[in-house]
Formats: sequence, C-alpha cells, structure tokens
Amino acid sequence: MSSVAGSGGARIQSAASLARRDAWLRRLPLLPAFVYVIVVTQIPFALTIWYSFHSWNLLKPGSFRFSGLDNYARLLTDESIRTAVFNTVLLTISVIAISVVLGLAVASLLNSEVFGKGLMRTLMIAPFLIMPTAGALIWKDTLLNPLFGLLPNLLTPFGLGRVDWVNRYPMATVVAVEVWRWTPFMMLIILAGLQSQNPEVLEAARVDGANAFQAFRRITLPLVRPFIELGALLGSLFVVQTFDSIFMLTYGGPGEDTTNIPFLLYLVAFQGFNIGQASAIGVVAVVLTTIIATVALRTLFSIFQVEARR
Amino acid sequence: MSDRKFRPSDRQRGTSRPVSTLIVGLLVALVGGACAGAGGGGGSAGATTITLAAVDNPSMADLKKLVGDFQSSHSNIQVNIVTLPEDQLRQQVTQDVAANSGRYDLFTIGTYEVPLWAKKGWIENLSPYIAKDSSYAPDDLIPGIKGALSYNGNLYAVPFYGESSMLMYRKDMLSAAGVTMPDHPTWDQVAAAAKAVNTSSVSGICLRGLPGWGEQLAPLDTVVNTFGGRWFDQNWNAQLNTPQWHDAVTFYVNLLKNAGEPGAGNAGFTECLNAYNSGKVAMWYDATVAASFFTGDAAKNSGYAFAPTKVKDWSGWLWAWSLGMPSSSKKKDAAWTFADWATSKDYAKLVGTKLGWSRVSPGTRTSTYSIPEYQQAAGAFAQVTLDSISHADVTHPTVDPVPYIGVQYVDIDEFQQLGDQVSQEFAKVIAGGQTVDQALAKAQTLATAVGKVYQH
Repeated sequence: MSSVAGSGGARIQSAASLARRDAWLRRLPLLPAFVYVIVVTQIPFALTIWYSFHSWNLLKPGSFRFSGLDNYARLLTDESIRTAVFNTVLLTISVIAISVVLGLAVASLLNSEVFGKGLMRTLMIAPFLIMPTAGALIWKDTLLNPLFGLLPNLLTPFGLGRVDWVNRYPMATVVAVEVWRWTPFMMLIILAGLQSQNPEVLEAARVDGANAFQAFRRITLPLVRPFIELGALLGSLFVVQTFDSIFMLTYGGPGEDTTNIPFLLYLVAFQGFNIGQASAIGVVAVVLTTIIATVALRTLFSIFQVEARR
Repeated sequence: MSDRKFRPSDRQRGTSRPVSTLIVGLLVALVGGACAGAGGGGGSAGATTITLAAVDNPSMADLKKLVGDFQSSHSNIQVNIVTLPEDQLRQQVTQDVAANSGRYDLFTIGTYEVPLWAKKGWIENLSPYIAKDSSYAPDDLIPGIKGALSYNGNLYAVPFYGESSMLMYRKDMLSAAGVTMPDHPTWDQVAAAAKAVNTSSVSGICLRGLPGWGEQLAPLDTVVNTFGGRWFDQNWNAQLNTPQWHDAVTFYVNLLKNAGEPGAGNAGFTECLNAYNSGKVAMWYDATVAASFFTGDAAKNSGYAFAPTKVKDWSGWLWAWSLGMPSSSKKKDAAWTFADWATSKDYAKLVGTKLGWSRVSPGTRTSTYSIPEYQQAAGAFAQVTLDSISHADVTHPTVDPVPYIGVQYVDIDEFQQLGDQVSQEFAKVIAGGQTVDQALAKAQTLATAVGKVYQH
C-alpha cells in the first residue's frame, strides 16, 4: 500500500505527506465495511478462541474455569470427533467428485445445440435454488419414505419396495441429496468455462482429424480445468459445512454414521451445552476451512489473471 | 501486487472533498438512525408486557387464540407468546436461564427441567404465589403431575398439559385376526397380537425408532423399566450391560423387525400418528394425547389399553408441559397472573365452551375429568389417561431402586446428550447396522462416563 507514496520517487516531503493523506482518503470509504467485518467476524472468533481454552458447561453454574489445552487434547483422543472428521472428509470428497463429473456432463450437453436448451438450463439450476432444509425434507418424506415415498413405489416391481433408504444407507443418502444440490452449481461454473471456448479451435481440431473425444480430452478439458478446480474448491468450502440436510435427513445417525464436524459441534453446543469443547471444535473447523479457502482463492485469482492476459 | 496497475495513475483532487463529506454525512446519519431506533422500543404506556416462550403444540396454539380473553379482563397486562419447536425451545430457554438474560417471563418446560432448574435456582418457587390465590386449588392437580413438578415439597411450575403412555389399537383389525386385547396387557401378549395382525400392507405395531431422548428412548425406556432394567444403580454405576437391558432392547428391536412399521428408524410421534390414522398399522404404543388426534376409522374403531408390562406394573411414562417462571424475570407478578389464569380450573371450561371440549388439554386437573361434556368428548381414553398419569411415579420408575428420578428419562443435566447418543446407537441396531450387544457396550461406556460425575 505504501507504494502509492513511494511512486512519487524524488518528490519533496510535503508532496509525500499529501499523498499519504490522499491514500487515507481513498481508504476511508472502505472503513465502515472493514469495521463491520471486524465486529461481526473477528470479535466472535476471538471470543471462540478464548472460550476454547476454558471448561464451561452452560448447565453447570460456576463451571467456568481456565483449562488450558484440555479441550484440544480431547479432540485428539475422542473417538466421536475422529468419526466426525472421517465423515466430513468422506462426504466432501464424494459429493464434490460426483457432482463435478455430473456437472461437466450436463454442462457439455447444455453447451451443444440441443432443443429446449434455455428451459433445460433453468430446470437444472432449480435444485440449487431450493432451500436446503426444504429440499432435504422433500427427499426424506416425499421421495424416500418407505411407506408412501415415490422411489419405493417405483422400485416395488423390483422387490425393493419397502427399503428404508435413509437408515439402511445413511451416508449414501446424504451424498445423493448433496450431489443433487451441488451438481447445478458445478454445471454453472463449468458451463461458463465452456462458453468462453472459441468454437474455431474445435473446428480446426476436427479438420486436423481429431474425433469428438480427442477434441474434448485434449482441448476442452485443459481449458475448463481451472473452472473445475474453482468449482470443486468453492463447493468443498460449502460441503464441509453441510448441516441442514444432515439435520433433516438423518440427524447425524444412525449411530454416528453421518455426524460430520458441524453437526457434532451442534450436538456438543446445543445438546450438551458444553461451550468450551464446542468452541475448540469450531476453531479447528475454521482452521480447516481456511486452508481450503486459501487454495480456492488462489485458483480464483489465477483464473482472473488468465482472463486479464487475454 | 498486481492490482497496482489497475489504479488510476492520477486522480483529480477536486473530487476528494465532496466524497469524504458524503461519507462522514452517511456515518452520522447511520449512527443517528441507530439511536432513534433504540428509543422506539418502549411499548404502550401503563401496560406490562410479558413474554412467554411456548412449545409448538396444539394446546399452546389454543392458548394463543384465547389470550385475548385474558387481556380483556387484565387490561394492564399484554402477553407476547413466542412459539418454538421442542428442541429449539429447549435450547433457547436453557441459554436464557443459564445466561440470566431475563428475555422471558414465563416458559413452557417439562418434568425433566423442573427439578433440575429448581435446584439451581433458575426458576421461581411458585408456592408463595399459589398461596395468595384461594381459588387456585393446587390439590386438584393430578398427584403424579404435581409431584413431578415439585422440588423440596414446593411447586416450581404449574401444569398446562399432562400425558402418560398407553397402547392404542384398531378393534376391527384385531378382531378380524381373532385377537382380544386385555385392559392391562403384557408385552408378550402385545408382541403375539402384533404378529397375528401383521400383513404385507398393514404392520402390527408402530413404535418410535427416531433417535432422540424424547423420541425413541421414551417408549423404549418404559419397556426397559418394566423388564427390570435401570440406567444406574444406587451408587451411579451404569447398568446398561445387564441382561435386563439386553432383553428389553432385543425385544423392542425384534418386535419392530417382525411386526413394526417400515422405516422405523425415522418414525417418531408424527410419523406413527400418520401411519395409524391412515390404517397402515394396527396398534400403536405412545403418548396418551395421541388419541385426541385420531380421525376417520381410527377415531371410530380404536380401543385403549394401559401401557404393556412385564415385571413391573404401571409402566406408563409421565410428562407435563408446564409454565415455569425464570428467576431472572423482572415482571414476576404479571407473569404469575397469567400463569394462574392459564392453568386454572376455569381455563379448561373456557377452552371447552369456546373451542370445543375435545380441545381441552388433558392430564392436569382431576376436576376436568368430572366435567360431563369433557367426559363425553374425550370418551374411551379419558379414564385410561387419568389412571395412567395417577399411577406413574417419577421417584420409583423401576423394579430396583435408582438414585435418580424420571420414568422415561434420567433427571440429570447430562441426560439430553447421553440419551440422544444412546438412542442413536439403538437406531443403528434398528437399521441393521450393528447388534444389540455392540450398541449396549457403547451405551454402557457413555453412561459410565456420566455416572462418574455423580460418584464423588
């Protein structure tokens, strides 16, 4: 930032101070936003860190005391936390992998000349626009309910009529619902990449004797790769935090089969009212998401740089 | 940084001053606006506004409808009722009392919270208030309920709605299968009946499988109790690895597998009610209040029996939604005036005449059960409800003595989490993901950790 003042080089002192004042005036409009961000994000975060070093159960008056790294030590030893981390990783990787593949397929379809493209695109985006809670409820009750759900009814001829999908295959169900939700998101981002492709390049490839698959593999895919990366990283930022659909579909169960980090945090904070332990889980979750977010932002910037270079 | 080159290299000086003035002006306006907003929250002059956090159930919805009647006779009190679903209510209210914030003047709490919170001084002793009103008649409250809401012999909450558990069955379906249900069935009789009526389209019985200490664990706990199991012995040693627990959980799970509703792992009160009302299950063991929601054939052809038993008689649970007053309330007299009105003898009559007698909330006052109109409307299940509640004893819930109170719960702070975790393990058994022994081994570990808290 000091580069503004420095760019003057060999100017006299007063000019430098003027430039500094100028720089501050330029920053002033950003200040309210900056203050707001600090108040609503950094103060609660600092408090969370502070709580995470304390043993504090809301249900036990007078239990608030400094406990050092106890809460963090418990993170390493507690089996349910290890399960939650495993579930979070499993959920995130499978949701992102499947929705990227499906998103790429749908985006390629919508990028070609098909009848009713506009309507199709609108319909494809719809799952992303439905509220997660409402979407999960529709899946659980209207589609998957073994008594009156649509899917068991359709599968009755195949002898799968009364399968209780949500409880028999809990993780697969949550993954399916989240894939349903995130495929449109991936599709939109990848479609943007596909549409930035110059059709003449593909035509040239065809002239050179490349078949459709080769053209896709050698030309299209490298072009949309940064878009796929961006979609995957932004998506994983959100999928790591999946809460709504787990709350509505499985409530983290059966057992702990679908308890991920956010849901475990909810249980510890609002079923156990163990504020200290919940804070420690929260801090670790923030650190993990920050790592993903940093990578995501780098990718985002590299795309913009490519755009700018053009 | 690459963004440097996008900056305008030279900016015209003249624009800077108006922009900064504009921003300062905006800031002043914002701050000023906030101050003006803060001044506006006073409320109408003279009237005291009390806030009631209420659980979202039909009885509370009726209270909301009738609150105008209260306000017209008490013009100096305004009542603001905030309704929340059960788990959110519990979270909000717990945070409110634990942080002593005084956001609510009254809240609906259950038999689980009352003794715990009374002990911590979070809720007000209501006996002195009750003593001031000669017409309140606390002895008219059903004894079991009154006991469950008392701490050291004083009432700390007043009941608005009470329930026990009972077995409901379709008389037509059972007689078609040649089964007769006694008034006091044993669990073995119920299991045999469930298997006899179970067909591919109609399940024998609906039992809650949905994880949660207030869902699946409520009926399951009553089964454990009557099978002779208990959560802790007198020295707070966890008892979940005992044969009684093993037999009870195995029985429950097998009954669900052999003759229970499909999708048992997701079936709670609402799901079972829908299944029973649509004729997809022939029997249902659940809260006594369920019968007031029956429609169609279910309403016409239902029979009612007491909670099934094995070793221990009278195995029904006990629960009451009641009005408690946080110690942090600053409007205690106004709050009591409303609580008094809403739980009085006359309130039942008001609901009966204004909204219909079947809407009167059950299980609070003995006198309600002697009103002829109510007897007629509540019909067959009124007496079963009253007797079940009267015989439920929160201090002696099990065969062997226990150091805790509570029939379908253990009245300790840790139970919400413990119960939820344990019921999740059982849900996994119901779903076929593990065996009863595996689930009970985990549950025993969890319960042992909790028991240690109370051992010294």
